[in-house]
Amino acid sequence: MNYVKGVNQDQPWYEVNEAGTVLGGGTSLAVNTGEWRIMIPAWHEKNCIQCLLCFPVCADSSIPVKDEKRGEFDFTHCKGCGVCYKVCPTFRKTDAEKAITFEKEDK
Amino acid sequence: MGIRERLSGNEAVAIALKQINPDVLAAYPITPSTEVPQYFAQYVADGEVDTEFIAVESEHSAMSACIAAAAAGGRTATITSACGLALMWELLYVASGTRLPITLAVVNRALSAPININNDHSDSMGARDSGWIQLYSENNQEAYDNYLMSLRIAEHKDVMLPVMVCQDGFITSHAVENIELIEGEKVKNFVGEYVPKHSLIGGEPISIGPYDTPQFYFEHAYQRAQAMINSKKVILDVSKEFAALTGREYGLFEEYKMEDAERAIIVLNSSAGTAKGACDLLRAKGEKVGVLKLRVFRPFPLEELSKAISHLKAVAVMDKADSFSAMGGPLFTDVRSACYDLKTRPHIINYIYGLGGRDVRVEDFTLVFDALKQVVVDDRPGEIYRHVGVRGVQ
Amino acid sequence: MSKMVEIRWHGRGGQGAKTASLLLADAAFNTGKFVQGFPEYGPERMGAPITAYNRISDERCSLHCNIYEPDYVVIVDATLLTAVDATGGLKPDGGIIINSAKEPEELRPLLDGYEGRIYTIDAGKIAEEEIGRNIPNTPMLAAVVVVSGVIPEDEFLNDMEGSMKHKFANKPQVIEGNMRAIKRSMREVKGL
Repeated sequence: MNYVKGVNQDQPWYEVNEAGTVLGGGTSLAVNTGEWRIMIPAWHEKNCIQCLLCFPVCADSSIPVKDEKRGEFDFTHCKGCGVCYKVCPTFRKTDAEKAITFEKEDK
Repeated sequence: MGIRERLSGNEAVAIALKQINPDVLAAYPITPSTEVPQYFAQYVADGEVDTEFIAVESEHSAMSACIAAAAAGGRTATITSACGLALMWELLYVASGTRLPITLAVVNRALSAPININNDHSDSMGARDSGWIQLYSENNQEAYDNYLMSLRIAEHKDVMLPVMVCQDGFITSHAVENIELIEGEKVKNFVGEYVPKHSLIGGEPISIGPYDTPQFYFEHAYQRAQAMINSKKVILDVSKEFAALTGREYGLFEEYKMEDAERAIIVLNSSAGTAKGACDLLRAKGEKVGVLKLRVFRPFPLEELSKAISHLKAVAVMDKADSFSAMGGPLFTDVRSACYDLKTRPHIINYIYGLGGRDVRVEDFTLVFDALKQVVVDDRPGEIYRHVGVRGVQ
Repeated sequence: MSKMVEIRWHGRGGQGAKTASLLLADAAFNTGKFVQGFPEYGPERMGAPITAYNRISDERCSLHCNIYEPDYVVIVDATLLTAVDATGGLKPDGGIIINSAKEPEELRPLLDGYEGRIYTIDAGKIAEEEIGRNIPNTPMLAAVVVVSGVIPEDEFLNDMEGSMKHKFANKPQVIEGNMRAIKRSMREVKGL
């Protein structure tokens, strides 16, 4: 993958990329911002009806969708905001019946 | 040699834009620059250019659209005046900080309040620290020539900064005068094609304008400052190339009867012509006076300018904008500062003049030259922060 | 420096004084001169007094200020004679050209002790009769050319005909009317 090419905090001004332009795509993969998370969602496939209401509200593209079905969370950038948990139609059900639960992350 | 024409300053800029045929032009009309996008829209409608003309809803949007188009890789231009430029304020810094070579025709007009549509330089002077190169034009010819050169300067790899080309609202923008245009084909060759190093539309996936942390912002600001320093040489190189094409020579400033002068006036834009008239009158009486017309205000030609005036006894710097610093206008403080390290330097005083379209007469300049005579006699500047043309002020 | 002719126009918004000054600049340009034609911008509403200027010379003029000591003053609307300082700064050997049916000397009492030359031309009447509308600027322009001599008369006529043929290619009657108005105006100026 083509990450932020050669940019680091030790560079003198003449080596830093002009105007901060990021050269290359997919560069966010170089930074694990999921590490900032305090709360964490969990997906329970057996309770999921695949309504797909959760993935569009995710601010960090942490819910991968393939063949019109969501899959396991990608926690690389998930900040644990809980929006997916709140938007899930199973939110009012008991924890055992929920498709997404939300709890303090065990670090 | 060229095409003999008579055009207003606004028409001249519109023709320059037509000959440049930029990829994108986004503009919102404002007096006294309205005619430029108006003429340009006609060129678009008539199929004389293939520019994407974006009729935006404000100047803030005009500059935003220009930034986006330039980031996409297009050659991009806009036009404005006064409060229109003020409304672009936030985006001016974005354009220069993102290192986008946008060109902007500024038709100088006073800022409100009280509301006024006439000429002074408070608009462009307010934008002097925004990281834009600023070229000033005495008449329609210079507005046209400067505009054609502006994109070559802006797009140079050692510069990559936006450029504003200023001329005086109404005084030159609406005055019809003789002009020599360059044949369209020659202009096309001179301006060439803009090939950005990186652009959003292109083969490589890139992000332009990302958040800049304290670990990088300062380095990027330093790069921008270096680009401004680099631009001086590029301006001179492009001007030399332009002179080879047209025979019209431009430097960082024009020296008028300065060689043996003892007193001089430093001035921008159309008033320079009137100052030359006053200079001629006094020269005819044997007085050793001269005029220095600054063409390039940003970057400020520190060494060249201070050297050019070091032999003088007294200098009056004319500001058509007040900075309300209570110590003089923006041109004055820069000129005076530029002379600080000179071993011998002239007395330098400031005159604020011509605000809000107050007509600036030959007599105003002879009066200033006379005041300089007194400064020379006294061998001290006296009051440095002066005004000419205000009722009740001597 | 070669001789420069400076002209100040007084008119009212909507009468075409600014256009006339630009037409004069055009005509002089076409005979090889260096020109300036510029209006003084202010309250440009219909009927408000407006001022426009011309400088015509053989060399480029660098001045960019209004004209305070004109060689000629042109009054497109005679009601302005009492509303503005019409002869202010007018050079003694110059002249004032007024759109009026009156004789020049009849208007002198309105000119604050002015002792120089006065010319009149009934531009409104000529325009109405020859062009069909009261647009005095074309006949006024012709009068200015005759009085000032800034452009040779034959060159002026050729140039006007040429530019009108270009402008009104589909309206030959407009061209004929305007050319008649111009020629008549050049004959009927009083005070020469």
